Amino acid sequence: MIDAYSILWSDLAALKRRWPRYLLTTLMSPILYLVAFGWGLGRGIDLNGMSYLEFVIPGIIALTAMTTSFNGAGTRLNVDRLYFKSFDECLMAPVSLPSLLLGKALIGVVRGVLSSVAFLLVALLIAPHIYVSLPFVIGLLLSCLTFAFLGVLAALLARSHEDMATFGSLILMPMTFLGGTFFSLSQVPFWLKMALYALPLTHSSLFLRAAALDQPLPWTSLLVLLAFFCVFLGGGMMALKRMSV
Amino acid sequence: MSNIIDISGLNKEYSGKRVVNDLNLCVFQGDLFGFLGPNGAGKTTTIRILTTLTKPTSGKVLISGIDVAKDAGLVKEEFGVVQQHLSLNRDLTIAENLELHARLHHIPTAERKRRIADLLDYVELSDHADYLIDNVSGGMKRRAMIARALIHRPKLLFLDEPTVGLDAQTRRRVWDLIRRMNSEGTTVFLTTHYIEEAEALCKRVGVLHHGKLIALGSPLELRQRLGMVAVELQGEGNGTTYSYFPDRTSAARFIQGLPSTKRVVMRESNLEDVFIELTGQKVMGD
Repeated sequence: MIDAYSILWSDLAALKRRWPRYLLTTLMSPILYLVAFGWGLGRGIDLNGMSYLEFVIPGIIALTAMTTSFNGAGTRLNVDRLYFKSFDECLMAPVSLPSLLLGKALIGVVRGVLSSVAFLLVALLIAPHIYVSLPFVIGLLLSCLTFAFLGVLAALLARSHEDMATFGSLILMPMTFLGGTFFSLSQVPFWLKMALYALPLTHSSLFLRAAALDQPLPWTSLLVLLAFFCVFLGGGMMALKRMSV
Repeated sequence: MSNIIDISGLNKEYSGKRVVNDLNLCVFQGDLFGFLGPNGAGKTTTIRILTTLTKPTSGKVLISGIDVAKDAGLVKEEFGVVQQHLSLNRDLTIAENLELHARLHHIPTAERKRRIADLLDYVELSDHADYLIDNVSGGMKRRAMIARALIHRPKLLFLDEPTVGLDAQTRRRVWDLIRRMNSEGTTVFLTTHYIEEAEALCKRVGVLHHGKLIALGSPLELRQRLGMVAVELQGEGNGTTYSYFPDRTSAARFIQGLPSTKRVVMRESNLEDVFIELTGQKVMGD
């Protein structure tokens, strides 16, 4: 754990130097989604007595957690590994592989939590009925962990920067719009609903939405998210073992 | 003299192509060893195997008597590496880069601060400790990498093309640093494509060609094997041909028998002559 913290320490030192710029850029996408879908397209839509704005905000929080955690851990590792080669320095240090994996994922978690909380604060100004409870915090943390480890896994498997971009286009982008963020799964055909349940963002959105709107919690979604986390963690370990002696 | 590196029967294949071919090599403790070879000879692959970054197909590597394949965690404390690429973290300052490395080597806080200060002084970067990596020159980056590699006081230092891209003055400064580290007891394993660098620095050199070690010895021994005197014949249209002789007398006798139309240069042979004769090509970056 000390080694994981050492790796996080260096990433935090870098983040500390440019956190205002980081927060500004990281808030841009979710605020645009909020304006375009929440205020623009969704104005006047009523979902069983709930405004579309209230419906979409928890989904955008899940989406923010996904993109910032994935990019915070994955994009950075991809560049460190393939371009700067500084990841080799970590591989040559006497650090255990689990610590190395965790260390590389933690900055994604930190960035994901920071961005999500920053967006949440903005969202609370617009929709003060958002309910920030312990399950909401747990769901947010697990979402950030899951997508940070997915980022690390993708970065370890990528053979080029293009691979990483392809992963973003083929996996993250469809998940952004189909993962229960902007519409309710009850509105889609059964077969599509089943397909969308295979996406981790769907479960993140479902759990965070229920927690934020103080509805009955879908614990199954939290368990599925936990299963995704375990799969990405295991995949990351296998990828790391494959590339080290 | 005990061996700090002991390589026996080392092989590495990529997609059926053998890039390291039954390599057997010992490097003595305290040596300043130059590992030379043309482009694609297998130098970088060998270094990656020695530094635990690549698994060998077969063979055994011992560093300080520790089996690299079996005890990678332990062996990592024994060596430091200065990679050919500038592998510093660009988002950190020079001092922070050293601190990260010290943390990963579990050096206690108080000792860490002291070593960072000492090493920055050693590589003459104390005044630039708090500069971000992108704001310092190439020579400073290279010295920062050397300081970083030394933070855990390794017995063995791998330097992969340590002066590539540096101007002549900065290169000399790095040479002085390498000599100083070696004289203070650190074994240095150096790859370079500047033959004059190997000749100026190394006590022993090994030449790798197509993954095989084809020559091993001190620069002087290798020159003696080839001939200490070189004669260059600059013919018309045929390019320059080289002949080697054990001494100036035999070289002069050879020159006397040549037609007067040939332009002839007699000089001392050097390590580059040895290299070209052995590999048939000028050295290039691996």
